[in-house]
Amino acid sequence: MQSKTSKFYMYLFLTLLAGIILIPFYLTFMSSFKTLGDLSSNIVGFPREWIFSNYSKVFAMDYFWTFAWNSLVYGILTTVLTLICASMAAFVFAHIRFFGNRFLFNYLLIGLMFPFASAIIPLFLKVRDFGLLGTYWAVVLPQIAFGLGFAVLLFRGFFKQIPSELFDAAYVDGCNYFNFFLRITVPLSLPIFSTVAVVTFVTSWNNYLLPLIMVSNEELYPWPMGIMFFRGEYDTDWSMVLTYVSITLIPAIVFFLLAQKYIIAGLTGGAVKE
Amino acid sequence: MNKKIFSSALIEKYSTVIIFLVPALTLFTIFVVSPIFEAAYFSFFRWNGMGSPEKYVGFKNYTFLFKNGIFLKALQNNFWIIFVSLFIQLPFALFLALFLANSFRGAAIFRSLFFLPYILAEIVASLIWVYIYKGDYGLVGAIWGFFGTDAPWITADKEWALTAILIVVVWKYFGIHMMIMISGLQGISKEVLEAAKIDGAGPVTTALKIKIPILWPTITLSIFLSTLGSLQLFDLIMPLTMGGPSNSTHSMVTFLYDFGVGRMRLGFGSAISVIIFIICFVVALIYQTTILRDKGYN
Repeated sequence: MQSKTSKFYMYLFLTLLAGIILIPFYLTFMSSFKTLGDLSSNIVGFPREWIFSNYSKVFAMDYFWTFAWNSLVYGILTTVLTLICASMAAFVFAHIRFFGNRFLFNYLLIGLMFPFASAIIPLFLKVRDFGLLGTYWAVVLPQIAFGLGFAVLLFRGFFKQIPSELFDAAYVDGCNYFNFFLRITVPLSLPIFSTVAVVTFVTSWNNYLLPLIMVSNEELYPWPMGIMFFRGEYDTDWSMVLTYVSITLIPAIVFFLLAQKYIIAGLTGGAVKE
Repeated sequence: MNKKIFSSALIEKYSTVIIFLVPALTLFTIFVVSPIFEAAYFSFFRWNGMGSPEKYVGFKNYTFLFKNGIFLKALQNNFWIIFVSLFIQLPFALFLALFLANSFRGAAIFRSLFFLPYILAEIVASLIWVYIYKGDYGLVGAIWGFFGTDAPWITADKEWALTAILIVVVWKYFGIHMMIMISGLQGISKEVLEAAKIDGAGPVTTALKIKIPILWPTITLSIFLSTLGSLQLFDLIMPLTMGGPSNSTHSMVTFLYDFGVGRMRLGFGSAISVIIFIICFVVALIYQTTILRDKGYN
C-alpha cells in the first residue's frame, strides 16, 4: 500500500511527537527519585543516585491518606447516586410514553449548556443554607446534578436499543415497569453502566472548582485541593511536590489503561450521537 | 372489570414515571437550573452574602464590570484561548486523527500516548508545567542554561505568561479532540473510500475532498466543545499563574473566583456569572442552529 520510506517517516514523526508530548511525564517521574541537590543541578538526566525516601516521606503523611480517602468517598457517593438517578430517568424517557416526555428530557439536556462556573455563588449560598457545609454532601449533590444531563443522554441512547417487544412480552407475563427495569433493562445495559460510572468517577476525582468553593476544612479536602495544599507546604522542595504528583499519575494511568474502552466510549460516543 | 385493569395499569405507569423522574428532576432543578436565576437576581445588589440582599444597585455591577480593565483583559485572554484552541489545537488534532484512524501496527499505542495528557486532572497537568517552566530547575532553566544564560521566569513574565498557559491548553486537550475525530473517521464507510481509491484519489485528495467533508459534523462538535471549554478555563490557570503577574492572565472564571467569591462581593460576582452564562448560552445556540441547518431541518 504505502511505500517503505513514507512509512518510515510516518513512524519517525509519530515517535518524535510522542517523545515531545511525554517529556513532562518523564521529567516528573525522574525528579521524584532525585535529591533536591540532584534536581537543581541535573535537570534532564537520570538521577545520579536513585533515592526512594521522597516516596516514603509522602506515604508517611497522615493527610496524604486523608485526601485520598476523601476523594474516594466523593467519587463513590457521586457515582452510585448518579447511576441510580440517571438510569431511572433515562428508562422513563426511553420506554414510557406520556405527555411531557420529550419536554422533560430536553429540560435535562439544557443543563449540558450551563457553565458550571456561573452557578458557584448561588450554589455556595444554597448549600450553606441547607446546612450541608462541612459534609461530603456539599460536593456530592451538586456534582450529581451537573452530571445528570450527560448520564441520562448516554443511558437513554442505550436503553432505546432494547426492543420494545421484550417489554410487551414481559408485560403479558405480569411484569410491571419497575421489575422490567430491574430484571431486564439493568442486566442488559451493564456496558453503559460501566461507561457512565467511569466517566462520573473520573470527573469527580479531578474536580477542583466545586470543592474549592465548598470545602474549607482540610479534613475534607479532596485530592486536587490536597495537591495544592501540599505544594504550598513544600514550595521550597519540589522533589517532594513532584513525588506527590508522580504518585497521582501512576494510578491515573493504570486506571486509564484498564478502563480505556469505557472512557473513550463515554467521551466520544455520547458526544457524537444524538 | 376491564376498566379496572386499564386504570390500575395507568396508575402503575404514572407512579413509575413520577418515582423514577423525581430524584433526577429535583436535584437538577435545585442545583443546576435555579442557581442561574438566583445569580441574575443577586447581580442587581451589592451584597456580601450575610442576611438577605437589600442594597439594590440596578445595573451598576454590570457597568462597573465593563469598565474594569482586568475583566476586559480576562475577556481578551479568553478570546486568545479560543483562538488557539480552534486554529492550532483542532487542526493539529485533525491532522493526527487522519493518520491514526487507519489501522497499522502501533496505531493504538500512539493514540493512547497522545491521549495521556487529557486523562490527568487539570491541577496535576498544570503543576507538572509549573515545574517545566521553572527558571531555576525546570526544563526551561535547563534549556537556557545550555546556552549559558539565565532563564526568564516564564509564568511571572507579563510577555510570556499567557503563551505559557496556551501551550498547556493545547498539550492537555488536543488528545480528546483527536479521539473524537478518530471515532468520526472510523464511521466513514469503507465503500466510499474504496471508490475514491479506484477513481485514483491519493491520500491527500481523499482527506481534503472526502474525509473532512464527511467528518464536518464531528469537527463542528469539536469546535463547540473546545469553545465552551475555553470560555470556562479555570483549573489550569490556578497553579500556573493564579491570574498574575499583575492580573494579566485572568480568564473570566478566575476573575470571578478572585474578585467575586474571594472578596465576598457576591452581587458583583453574580454579574460576572451572568455574563459567562450568556456568552456560553449564545455559543450553544449558534451550535444548535448550525447543526439543525446542516441536517436540513430549516
